[in-house]
Amino acid sequence: MTGFTFVEKVPARAAGVESARAGEVLIVRPDLVFSHDNTAAIAKIFAEIGVARVFDPDRIAVTLDHAAPAPTTAHAQNHIEIRAFVREQGISHFFEIGRGICHQVISEEALILPGEVIFGSDSHTTHFGWMGAFGMGVGRTEMAALWATGSLWIRVPETLRVLLHGRLRRGVTAKDIALRLCADLTVSGGAYRAVEFAGNGMESLPLDDRPVLPNMMAEFGAMSAYMPPDQVVFDALEGRRTRPYTPIYPDADARYDQTHTIDLDALEPLIALPGSPDTVVPLSRIAGTPIQQGFIGTCTGGRYDDLAAAAAVVRGQTLRARLIVIPASRDVLARAAASGVLGDLIAAGAAIGTPGCGACMGNHMGVPAVGEASIISGSRNFHGRMGTPDAPIYLANAAVVAAAAVAGAIVPVESIEAVRS
Amino acid sequence: MITTHRVWVYGDDVNTDLIFPGKYTYTLRDPAAIAAHALEDLDPTFAANAHPGDAIIAGRSWGMGSSREQAVTALKTLGVRLIVAESFGGLYFRNCINQGIYAAVVPGLYKRVTTGDVIEYDADSATITAAGETFALPSLPDQVRAILEAGGLLALLKRR
Repeated sequence: MTGFTFVEKVPARAAGVESARAGEVLIVRPDLVFSHDNTAAIAKIFAEIGVARVFDPDRIAVTLDHAAPAPTTAHAQNHIEIRAFVREQGISHFFEIGRGICHQVISEEALILPGEVIFGSDSHTTHFGWMGAFGMGVGRTEMAALWATGSLWIRVPETLRVLLHGRLRRGVTAKDIALRLCADLTVSGGAYRAVEFAGNGMESLPLDDRPVLPNMMAEFGAMSAYMPPDQVVFDALEGRRTRPYTPIYPDADARYDQTHTIDLDALEPLIALPGSPDTVVPLSRIAGTPIQQGFIGTCTGGRYDDLAAAAAVVRGQTLRARLIVIPASRDVLARAAASGVLGDLIAAGAAIGTPGCGACMGNHMGVPAVGEASIISGSRNFHGRMGTPDAPIYLANAAVVAAAAVAGAIVPVESIEAVRS
Repeated sequence: MITTHRVWVYGDDVNTDLIFPGKYTYTLRDPAAIAAHALEDLDPTFAANAHPGDAIIAGRSWGMGSSREQAVTALKTLGVRLIVAESFGGLYFRNCINQGIYAAVVPGLYKRVTTGDVIEYDADSATITAAGETFALPSLPDQVRAILEAGGLLALLKRR
């Protein structure tokens, strides 16, 4: 052991050296790069570079998810340009509208594996830390440069270690852990740094809950995030993966910039108030706040367990607020259909959307009116995020979102369960 | 060389949705059309009144959130070439460098200036002078300096 963190090992290996210390600059060759609805704009920059072919069509993925199916003719034109580029370059991994959100789809398809490096032109690329991969978001110009050269510079970041102790109580999820972390250290707590999760609290996190933590490290300002992969992760990748891999772990004597501890036993359901993911209060503090729309979906909160938690709350209930449910992928939708979860949501009156990013960013499928309050299982509540700055957005876990849709107001989930029994 | 810059001063946590709203990201491609929406949900006076050479001075986490590069393009198209903040969203910082915009972390500056003030930027000594005080700019890794000097990542790649 020589005291290396995860980010001092994995990007270094992708740069052809054994390890590198925080602060060093590396030229990294990733295992996979991906883009989404921004692919046409990137292709335009790529054409300007003057390179005819992408570096390796087998190491590029493209997913149509952000405005899919196309809500306007302009969006449809964007999609048609993307399909043409994918054909022209022979890009191997193309996912049409309805397959799902890039991070979820690439995970399900096992296109990236533990110990590998992935760059995406999407800020939530930190997501891939769930399996112990190094994921980092890049801009459009950087993605064009990656297509042309297959490489990109990074400065190896310092690492913040987050220790999770204990076990989550019923009704408390990884979403609440992420909100707690944002509240504790603010949305710039992770700035310029990588985040490593550790501690016995991780073992009790179900598979669907795990990506929430690295995913929301985008809101925390982190460059990348990592969770040490275990058997749960290995099992999830088995059957789909097409190449071997070696999981990489930080050294026990690795040096950290800072260590922050979260006691899972003490956590309760949390809500981020409109404006910023770090303005966090216990649910009880704002119980009774009227809500017009609940939205369960996104790369943060649209997996099977989220839908199942929502179904458990709304089963046999009628809704006082609109509830929009948009599965993160077609696999999630199919599983929910097979298990009866989808039927429960539909019976209660939920509106089900095409798998994709949905209402997250004001493109389509659930844009609120001026003055309407939304509560969402996603990760962004910035003013204007869903289309207008005058529509407040609250962040919470999926069960809390469902309970708010039932009551027409933010309420504890137990109050819904009490009514039923 | 010393240049002077009129400044627009903003606070903490100005995210990319405030700099360029997400609803426009897949339909607007023309830089002028993108620039017309710069900061519209935060400061509706900005896009119409910004002049080439203006600088942005901000608090912590300027440009946090989405990877959308239009949040840089919008300001660049209006002529902004210098952004100074207490800290930046990491992706935004990289997007600035890649578009040839000098993004500098200078603690303390934004509390000393107000919108409309003029600051002096000395590229040779890597300092900013504002309100009678001189602030040192951080040094840049060689790779970053090379991109900035070329006028952005695209210009650098074209040259190769």
